[in-house]
Amino acid sequence: MHIVIVGLSHNTAPVEIREKLAFAPTAMERPLRQMLELPVIAEGLIVSTCNRVELCAATKEPDAAMAALRRFLAEYHEITSEEISDSLYDYQGEDAIRHLFRVASSLDSMVLGEPQILGQIKTAYGYAAEFKTVGLILNRFLHKAFSVAKRVRTETGIASNAVSISFAAVELARKIFDRLDNKAVMIIGAGEMCELAARHFVANGISKVLVTNRTFERAEKMAAEFHGKAVHFESFIEHLAEVDIIMTSTGAPNFILGKRQMEEVIKRRKNRPMFLIDIAVPRDIEPKVNDIDNIYLYDVDDLQGVVQANLKERKKEASKAEAIIEQEIGQFHQWLGNLEVKPTVIALRQKLDEIRQQELEKTFGNLKNLSSKQRKSIEAMAGAIINKILHQPTAVLKRAQNDTSSEDYVDAVRVLFDLPSPIGDDTEIKPLDDTGQE
Amino acid sequence: MTTNILLFKITLLIYFATTILYLIGVVSRRDRFRQNAVYLLIGGFVLHCITLVVRGFTTGAIPVASMHESLSFFAWALVGTYLLFYLRYRTVMLGAFITPLALVLMIIGTTTSAQAPTLNPILDSWWFPVHVTLAFLGHAIFSIAAAAGVMYLLQERMLKSKKFSGLFYRLPSLDTLDSMNYKCLTFGFPLMTMGIISGAIWANSAWGGYWRWDPKETWALITWFLYAALLHGRLTIGWRGRRAAIFAIIGFAFLLFTFFGVNLFLSGEHGFRNFTGQ
Repeated sequence: MHIVIVGLSHNTAPVEIREKLAFAPTAMERPLRQMLELPVIAEGLIVSTCNRVELCAATKEPDAAMAALRRFLAEYHEITSEEISDSLYDYQGEDAIRHLFRVASSLDSMVLGEPQILGQIKTAYGYAAEFKTVGLILNRFLHKAFSVAKRVRTETGIASNAVSISFAAVELARKIFDRLDNKAVMIIGAGEMCELAARHFVANGISKVLVTNRTFERAEKMAAEFHGKAVHFESFIEHLAEVDIIMTSTGAPNFILGKRQMEEVIKRRKNRPMFLIDIAVPRDIEPKVNDIDNIYLYDVDDLQGVVQANLKERKKEASKAEAIIEQEIGQFHQWLGNLEVKPTVIALRQKLDEIRQQELEKTFGNLKNLSSKQRKSIEAMAGAIINKILHQPTAVLKRAQNDTSSEDYVDAVRVLFDLPSPIGDDTEIKPLDDTGQE
Repeated sequence: MTTNILLFKITLLIYFATTILYLIGVVSRRDRFRQNAVYLLIGGFVLHCITLVVRGFTTGAIPVASMHESLSFFAWALVGTYLLFYLRYRTVMLGAFITPLALVLMIIGTTTSAQAPTLNPILDSWWFPVHVTLAFLGHAIFSIAAAAGVMYLLQERMLKSKKFSGLFYRLPSLDTLDSMNYKCLTFGFPLMTMGIISGAIWANSAWGGYWRWDPKETWALITWFLYAALLHGRLTIGWRGRRAAIFAIIGFAFLLFTFFGVNLFLSGEHGFRNFTGQ
């Protein structure tokens, strides 16, 4: 059994193509069932997000399966194969395993290390399990992918350090103030960015929120949202000494806070540190304010710089993650190999035992005068022959479990001894056709 | 005596290994190395305790009478104080500054005579160990303050300039470092004050005068005023952060000079040779 993946992502396809090939998350039953009706597909799973579509399948014929999945993707979305063929990638065997592990661990994400993708794969798996399009192999494969992603998450710093401006602001605040729960924040202007950052601050424990705006009603509205207090714009400066964090995003053409004002404020605060976040363009706070002791002023570009630095840190961690994945690929591949080796060994022995049984019956039918002792020794001899014959092939198969050659040996043994397919028959989920043949 | 020297050397080796482990931990961004460094340091500290106890039993006194003993005791107090801070603040990184300092003290210790000192009979008083122990505990706490000060300045520099090195992710927050500065002051200053007072009482019993303005006393007083100024500034006019960090570092420099410099460059009653009559 092989694992194959056909798909496209933000790396290979622009959004115009991705949106055409996306599957609606609320209607996964039809595509999943259709996918499973393809003749070579034994198990199937569809992951569809705004950044990628992945068709993952278990099959006995990987090349045919990949071609079938490419065709299916085009036909389902009613576009020509040529139109999308350049955007698609396909993987099989180890490469397919590596691909899904990397995707689940967010190594292939647009923002390296962002955790949403794991949840999206879990949801996709949930649908596939609900509609019973996954079986023994993909079940195991997906669970392995989840555990690999978890390992990557806990053993590397890939998801540490903020990579969005608003998270970066919270993280910086934590490097200045030890705790945020006893800190107060003032929001000046009611920009969307400010609101987002404020939300993060509140989520991280900030207890006191002051909001000011030129239109007092807007300040009140936003203050209500954070259970804070609205302050009149004319008098907000009087409240500055009460707050530890200031976020500004007004449309003012000039600085609304100058160095001299802030020097006054910090003096009134007895030098307790302040963190100033100026998200406005043009800027609201005079840049020289950063020169004041115990005041830390960050504008949009500064925060962007922090985000870039954090991304760089994450990239360094990514190589560790890749190493973990390589290790896990080996393990899973071995399991996949074992999956066929063990039943093959058993089937081979059964087959020979059957032959032995038949031949013994035939022989005993001809030689009716044998004493029970003689019969026993003939039976023993037949058994010994089987054991001797089986010894070498079994040893080779077991040794081959540990590398990629196991598939070749398994196939060879099956053809040579005419053994039934090991898995698939009992794990196959799709309804058997041929019923109308009679 | 040889058991004691052996213990001392093993302790030194453990501190050396800890320093290396910290160095790797800081460079390689692996938390594991730094965490293991702390565990190793705890092991070293336990051994150091044994070393001091053995030394104390062999000489029959608290081992603070010779330069060698003092350095070892200073390093011990330093590591012990750091471990106390570790219990409270869990700052693994502080150890990366403290351990090398303890190591240097121990290495200097190996260059000085490990002979058991025979204390000059006129100085043999109960006040002597009290004075020295208090003084060294104060020293240790102020060393921590200085290390926290260095960390504060590094972190503050990065936050102001917005250029972050890997160190940024591992250093504690400015608030934590500043509150360590304050904690150190509130514990270190009384210890230092009591150290000076007990020294004066001892001097009175030995020489018949509380204060003789010998160089060590003078420098100790200057250092004391420096810390007094910092404490005052913190409590009344809101000195904190960078200024407090710089003060802690300057104070520590004075402290080191009082401890080493005076013995090396200036002569006075505090020279160890006066104690031991060599």
